[in-house]
Amino acid sequence: MTRTLTALSARRRHPLAVVVLIALALLLVGGLYAALAPRAAEASTATASADDVETGKKLFLANCATCHGLNAQGGGVTVNGDTAQNPGPSLIGVGAAAVDFQVGSGRMPLAQSGPQAPKVNKIRFSQEQIDQMAAYIASLAPGPAIPTEEQLDVSTVNDEQLARGAAIFRTNCAMCHNFAGKGGALTEGKYAPSLDEASAKHIYEAMLTGPQSMPVFNDTTISSEDKTAIIAWLTQDEKRPDPGGLTLGSVGPVSEGLFAWIAGIGLLIGCSVWLGMKSS
Amino acid sequence: MSSQTTVDKVAAGIGNYADDTAGASKIVNGFARKIFPDHWSFMLGEITLYSFVILLLTGTFLTFFYEPSAAETTYTGIYAPLAGQTVSEAYASSLRLSFDIRGGLLMRQVHHWAALVFVAATIVHMARVFFTGAFRKPRELNWVIGGVLALLAVFEGFTGYSLPDDLLSGTGIRIADAIILAVPVVGSYISFFLFGGEFPGQDFIPRFFTIHILLLPAVMLALIVVHLFFVVIHKHTQYPGPGRTEDNVVGFPLFPVYAAKAGGFFFIVFGVIALIAALFSINPIWAYGAYDPSPVTAGSQPDWYMGWLDGAVRLMPGWTEISAFGYTLSLNIFIPTTVIILFVMGALVAYPYLEQIATGDKREHHLLDRPRNAPTRTGLGVMAVTFYVLLWISGGNDIIAHIMQLSINDITRFLRVALFVLPAIAFVVTKRICLGLQRKDREKALHGRETGRIVRLPHGEFIEVHAPLSDLERWTLVQHEVQRPMEIEDRVDAGNPDTLYGRFQRRLSKFYFEDRVEPVTPAEVEAAHSHGELGSDEEHLAVGDKENAAIGTSQTLHG
Repeated sequence: MTRTLTALSARRRHPLAVVVLIALALLLVGGLYAALAPRAAEASTATASADDVETGKKLFLANCATCHGLNAQGGGVTVNGDTAQNPGPSLIGVGAAAVDFQVGSGRMPLAQSGPQAPKVNKIRFSQEQIDQMAAYIASLAPGPAIPTEEQLDVSTVNDEQLARGAAIFRTNCAMCHNFAGKGGALTEGKYAPSLDEASAKHIYEAMLTGPQSMPVFNDTTISSEDKTAIIAWLTQDEKRPDPGGLTLGSVGPVSEGLFAWIAGIGLLIGCSVWLGMKSS
Repeated sequence: MSSQTTVDKVAAGIGNYADDTAGASKIVNGFARKIFPDHWSFMLGEITLYSFVILLLTGTFLTFFYEPSAAETTYTGIYAPLAGQTVSEAYASSLRLSFDIRGGLLMRQVHHWAALVFVAATIVHMARVFFTGAFRKPRELNWVIGGVLALLAVFEGFTGYSLPDDLLSGTGIRIADAIILAVPVVGSYISFFLFGGEFPGQDFIPRFFTIHILLLPAVMLALIVVHLFFVVIHKHTQYPGPGRTEDNVVGFPLFPVYAAKAGGFFFIVFGVIALIAALFSINPIWAYGAYDPSPVTAGSQPDWYMGWLDGAVRLMPGWTEISAFGYTLSLNIFIPTTVIILFVMGALVAYPYLEQIATGDKREHHLLDRPRNAPTRTGLGVMAVTFYVLLWISGGNDIIAHIMQLSINDITRFLRVALFVLPAIAFVVTKRICLGLQRKDREKALHGRETGRIVRLPHGEFIEVHAPLSDLERWTLVQHEVQRPMEIEDRVDAGNPDTLYGRFQRRLSKFYFEDRVEPVTPAEVEAAHSHGELGSDEEHLAVGDKENAAIGTSQTLHG
């Protein structure tokens, strides 16, 4: 033990000692964070039950009316004659699909105001409750419905249709979501999210309802079959292989350039230094 | 035995023939005994050269299968997500090359990664040459050639990644067309000439192909030959050290040491690039899809070496587009592209001559500067690097905004200010750091190295033991000559102070050399040693006399 300590103290002024120390400190901090950071609870997903507009309305009044108004007319709730706080948009006519998308992806109820509502992994409601709220909103005025199983069935899409879906994606979606659906920045902190984790249902509903900054792609703009084709291309990784190897995030030349500098030139300079050392 | 004699005879015959016809023995003799100094930073240029060779080799392979044609065809290859799409021959053949030709995708990726490494190595090599002052006389012209090569490398890279005719490359060409169109008066004429009419047309693919595989490589190859030829006739520079002077080169002969080392290094470079290409995807043209002027993808960036120009365009305020009398002057594009390229290239080419004016020094320099010993130059260099890197960051502002969850507008506003503020700060800070390091060198040369050992003297005083430097170690710290402003020390080669040029020269000289740290003189070393007699005795007791091994060079060279 003493010997080890002596050996350690003899090397404490070694030029690499600082590097080792920093590496150890980083490892410790990172390890502690990984061990202690709060984990998101797994949301339970229940199967949808029959529509219950009445239960949906109760849920709406309890959770949504503060911003969306007591009758979903928007504009928030006026308390004691003050101007309405947290005015939200009217939900009349947005349809069941919008509710299922916004609440089902955790974007609503909005946790805090920001450039846009982020996707949240902790879903506050069961699928049954979401369906009940969707039924209430759908009962107010006609709007886009939650897509059927058939519309989300990607097994019927053949290669030709898949290619068409991919082309439609490049033309209409890639400008914000990037060519591989990895997402991208919009103005003032808003963004088009990555579609990696998005479920087929939510992608379909997003196209139907145009949440946040996204435009609406209704069935006259992109037909239902084409929507299914886009989803087939997006969600089936085996249908769009990356034969080139690791993709470096599929964000285009920025990550490639960074990699060329760090790994390429970095490694080669390392080799040069190594060769230069050998001579002396 | 007899076979050996036959071999000997044949070899002798070939040798004699080569000697008689081409004077081979003189060339071989001269080259084989050519001395090169050894330092890892001298291999940066080699990385550039070898990646260029790799580019030639893989590029030749690619031309066997690539079809430089914009003619329309239907894609019928094995990549399902493009099945039945109408694409150009160029794109279809690039896909065929990637998916159907054995080893084709690897070759494409080696070619593209090698291109990124090639330009990066060029920049690193230029930075080494700049910061060590290797561009000084007689190498100014070679610096200029290097700068032209760097610019050509960028154009070569650009024409190359435009060839597959995928969505991203098409977007890049569209922007290149915009850059050309933004040139006042002649822009639209050049654009129509280059693209054979309205963009995009059918002509640019075969034209870019010819430029990419014939014109630019030929010019670059010729310039590389001249570049290397200059290295041979100027001889290689060397870092200062004991026994190294302006008149000699200390190192190893080309044969066998460097022939083996450089040969081996080629395979290391090839190996590293091949490894990266085998593991990491680059430019996935199948995912981008065929070029079509209507779509564009988020994160449409050029390859990194064009990124700084993209960044400049992103920072330029849009209101600088001026419309008057029916004409539009697109300064919002013209300034951050054409003007900035010309400005940077001009500064690059002019720099050696500018510094020559400041120093008034027309002598040849074969000993490199340690960057700290040229604080103003090093400061200017870091300033330029900062400017460049900030533009780079701006070029990736959307990716940064998305990954770091920041507002792209905030990043842009920050960079608009930072682009002017940070380089200035970088200059001052770097210069101060250099001066500080020089003072530390002085300290070290005079009083030796700190050992971290605290010793208590008999009368109770604590001192830190300083280990004296050997004369060889000290030499590196004190060998450089200091440049003083012309106001206090006139130069033989300086211009007449009464002329405009002379005044400019003196102002520049003052800017460069007003702040300086004089290197230690032999007298000062002598004084420090005799002054601290007691202390140095203690040191010698504690550390042991290491000076036996020293060779007295510093006195002779300073005397």
